[in-house]
Amino acid sequence: MFDFSVVTNWINTQLLSIMPDWAAVLIECIIIGVCVLGAYTVLALFYILYERKLCAWFQCRLGPMRVGKWGLLQVFADMFKILIKELIPLKGTDKFLFKLAPYIIITASVTMLACLPWGKGMQIINYNIGIFFVLAVSSVGILGILLAGWASNNKYTLIGAMRSGAQMISYELSLGLAIITMVLFAGTMNITDIVEAQDRGWFIFTGHIPAIIACIIYVIAATAETNRGPFDLPEAEHELTAGYHTEYSGIHFGFFYLAEYLNLFIVSGICSLMFLGGWMPFHVSGWTGFNEIMDYIPGIVWFLGKAFFISFVIIWFKWTFPRIRIDQMLAFEWKYLMPIALANLVVMALCVTNNWHF
Amino acid sequence: MAVKSPKIRSMKYEDFKDNQYIDSLVEELNATGANVVVGKLDQLINWGRANSLWPLCFGTSCCAIEFMCLGAARYDMARYGAEVARNSPRQADYIMVQGTIVHRMAPVLRRLYEQLAEPRYVIACGGCAVSGGPFKNSYCVLPGVDKILPVDVYIPGCPPRPEAMFYGLMQLQRKIKVQKFFGGANRKEKIQDFFAKNAREVGKY
Amino acid sequence: MANIQDIIGKICPSATFEQGQTLLVNVPAQDWRKLAVALKQNSDLDFDVLSALIGMDWKETLGVIYYFTSTSRNWEMLSVKVEVADREKPMIHTVSDLWKVANFQEREVYDFYGIEFIEHPDMRRFFLRNDWVGYPLRKDYDADPAVNPIRMEDEENEDDTYSLKVQPDGSVRKVKGKVFDADDYVVNIGPQHPSTHGVMRFRAALDGETVKKVDVVSGYIHRGIEKLTEGMTYPQTLHFTDRMDYMSAHMNRHCLCMCIEKAMGIEVPARAQVIRTMMDELMRISSHLLAFGCTSMDMGATTCFFYGFREREKVLDIFEKTCGARMSMNYNVIGGVIADLHEDFVKDVKELCAIMPSRLKEYHKVFSGNIIAKNRMVGVGMLSKEDAINYDITGPSGRGSGWSCDTRKKHPYASYSQVQFDEVLEEGCDSYARYMVRMREIEESVKILEQLVDAIPEGPIRAQVPKIVKLPEGRWYTQVEASRGAFGVYIESKGEKNPYRMHFQSPCFNLVGVMDLTCKGNMIADLIVIGAALDFVIPDIDR
Repeated sequence: MFDFSVVTNWINTQLLSIMPDWAAVLIECIIIGVCVLGAYTVLALFYILYERKLCAWFQCRLGPMRVGKWGLLQVFADMFKILIKELIPLKGTDKFLFKLAPYIIITASVTMLACLPWGKGMQIINYNIGIFFVLAVSSVGILGILLAGWASNNKYTLIGAMRSGAQMISYELSLGLAIITMVLFAGTMNITDIVEAQDRGWFIFTGHIPAIIACIIYVIAATAETNRGPFDLPEAEHELTAGYHTEYSGIHFGFFYLAEYLNLFIVSGICSLMFLGGWMPFHVSGWTGFNEIMDYIPGIVWFLGKAFFISFVIIWFKWTFPRIRIDQMLAFEWKYLMPIALANLVVMALCVTNNWHF
Repeated sequence: MAVKSPKIRSMKYEDFKDNQYIDSLVEELNATGANVVVGKLDQLINWGRANSLWPLCFGTSCCAIEFMCLGAARYDMARYGAEVARNSPRQADYIMVQGTIVHRMAPVLRRLYEQLAEPRYVIACGGCAVSGGPFKNSYCVLPGVDKILPVDVYIPGCPPRPEAMFYGLMQLQRKIKVQKFFGGANRKEKIQDFFAKNAREVGKY
Repeated sequence: MANIQDIIGKICPSATFEQGQTLLVNVPAQDWRKLAVALKQNSDLDFDVLSALIGMDWKETLGVIYYFTSTSRNWEMLSVKVEVADREKPMIHTVSDLWKVANFQEREVYDFYGIEFIEHPDMRRFFLRNDWVGYPLRKDYDADPAVNPIRMEDEENEDDTYSLKVQPDGSVRKVKGKVFDADDYVVNIGPQHPSTHGVMRFRAALDGETVKKVDVVSGYIHRGIEKLTEGMTYPQTLHFTDRMDYMSAHMNRHCLCMCIEKAMGIEVPARAQVIRTMMDELMRISSHLLAFGCTSMDMGATTCFFYGFREREKVLDIFEKTCGARMSMNYNVIGGVIADLHEDFVKDVKELCAIMPSRLKEYHKVFSGNIIAKNRMVGVGMLSKEDAINYDITGPSGRGSGWSCDTRKKHPYASYSQVQFDEVLEEGCDSYARYMVRMREIEESVKILEQLVDAIPEGPIRAQVPKIVKLPEGRWYTQVEASRGAFGVYIESKGEKNPYRMHFQSPCFNLVGVMDLTCKGNMIADLIVIGAALDFVIPDIDR
């Protein structure tokens, strides 16, 4: 497995050899910032097209196809348009909070993206409480949604924001418990170490029953966390017109739009890291030839491929299921999902202590 | 830099019906002239705007059902990138007025238009929106939305076929492609003029 | 008939009778209340359905014509005419406490004719702006645009209402009321809202997410069709019907044609009858497919919408080939249909009948059987059978409450007496039952089509109709089963070539009447589902 830190270390030494420490760090920070923002934009745009094409496919349609080959340039057209669309100043809103909200959301999702390792050594910082940090940052996004709903001075947005508050706080529990289950199994909160521990086999295989249950719970909770169907109540197009971002126009709306898609990538990415072995290739014990071929595929492809696959499943949910109602959604979380997740944690603990895993 | 006649994918320029109008717009733009950088930027922006037309879900009667057909699988508006029908006017780019506008609805429609973010466009779709249609003589029907909104494209029909709606959509794209973002005639001012003139006349209908 | 005449004569000696299409009872306004109570409560009369309530202006007098149906006595109909001479302050006693359906209909009459209803709980305008001057359907209405210009300023929310209460001394006094309490959290849904199926506007008072009260504000697409028809000849009036409930265009037009044919005594050729029946059923399929699509889309299952529309396109193709248009077909004319069937018609219909069962199975697999969909719809928007009858909720929504109310069975018309089909009934009384009735009705429609497609008789498609269509003096009321319930047309003629009064009794009008009843206590998300399952079409309500 190619270790990307070779490249970063080389750049670091080159920079240090020609300039003082502080300048090198500054330049590295700028490079990293540009890389993250670039990756963010590219991924978000890719995801918008990905969803639009996928949903067209589910719905026996063609999807965007007239702008560029196969409609590949469609999202760029959208981006150009949305960048220069008017930002409408609204009467009766809390101006400061109203403008702050989209930035909070976009900052939270960029920060989360920055925490994900994309391959061996391909990460910004190797944090010993990495996954904990990601969970903590993900909660900041709720603040943005609540602010957006509150500051808009609109009843729809307010209902949307309240719904999203209730929803996110509830589902964060299951999400956290599912991840804690895996942290328990891996014995570390460091994301890189968690992935390295899956060298022998992905957790979803080695952890068998509790890991699979945790994975299912995680995907459900993640769908709710990203406000996607069937849990898209905060937006609930057909009830609340556009939910918490009803009053946003132009690029402010664009931020919500981008963040929504990027959060989808982030939760899929975490799922791939925690359950599907991140950048680890797919190995079948005994099939040496097959395993060697798999090893040739670079880690980043594995990581992105797994993330896209999980996203595909989540998108599939959205375009299949009807929307759930708020009381049903909360009942589902508190009455079923969380107790199962708790019980699952106990089962995992038993598995770990008694070595009932592979 | 000279502005060229707008091109629409897989439809010849000559196949469109009202080329004189587009030609006159092109001429108007060329008369003032612009430098290459600004011109190129304008082209890029217009390309983005023309290809990303998000409609506002706004239908009052029969035409709205045909609009749904337009979005459905056989006609598939998504091919033009126009399937992102927004329910909030702030995020939409154009209103396609589908159906009759009556007295009670007129202020609501105007308000919806005002809530759209610039650049905003209006398509009058169907006989009722164009002229009041079969209900023109009624005591409470607006004889055409152009009495209260600056309409960009008219699509006649009762209701227009989805193909006609596509034609209207492409006409709107053509119109957008010969606009200026930097300098030149300011769209917003023109709209202000329209409303000023309109305020004096609207009581007559 | 004589029996009813005797009973009514005993209760209300001042009543006079007129024979016609249905028995007409003339009652003076002061005796009307007594008779109304008897019509509802007397077990010998037992007219439990108020089918139509039509405001009238006879130049010297104003008044209301009521059409009652008795479900217990084989859907027998009775009409009642109440007249008031006072044009300045006309007042009639309300029947909205006896037949709940009258609530909105009396408001409509108030809006059009200015007739105030004593003891009506909520006398506000229904279709027109609050600041509208005059009553447009009166014959002496001033149509000058200067009187009612287009007002571009926003309308005030009308929270003040009043009702006329009878005092102990017999006088009538205005009592003011409020629609919503001052501290209600009122959310405005519509007129531009994705799930109101057009431009309906609901104002819902919320408690958290629970709906406390729904106030229906209609009229955002009120086009004044009934007034327009009065200035047109009969053939010219036909095209409006296609544009009211555009999802039952054929049925509506069928109904108007039938009414005119009945008045003129025209015999429609057998071929035209069969063609009309088949077109009606095709329309029903297309309408129910749209209803399926919209119900699922309103609940967030967007993909089902596309599946529904995929099959709907096939129906539209059949229409297009024969009628020349996908919507607003303008196909039925007085005496028959306008054009003969396209040569592919039989083949296309057979193809459609062949694919529909498997497609329905697919819908059930994707949507109806989905646990979330079931949870959202089962037990939501309960409407008991008694309420359905009282509110005159016909069509799939009424049958979802177990009320057998299919006009095709009760008053068979066209070729419906020759075909075998079941009236679909569900006992659930909830949104899911209404939805399932629609899905099962598609199967029944396919059954009817299969029976007729090979048995289209040869012959003319149109009867001989005089060049100038003139109806004799009189009044006629016909009903057909449109996609959303019993659609009625009332024509009153003075022997001219244009109608003196033409009224369309639309099923959707009654459907919005139950929104408050069904939504109360449910959540705001349920309001959307209830609306989708009732499946009203707004231009049909507003006309």
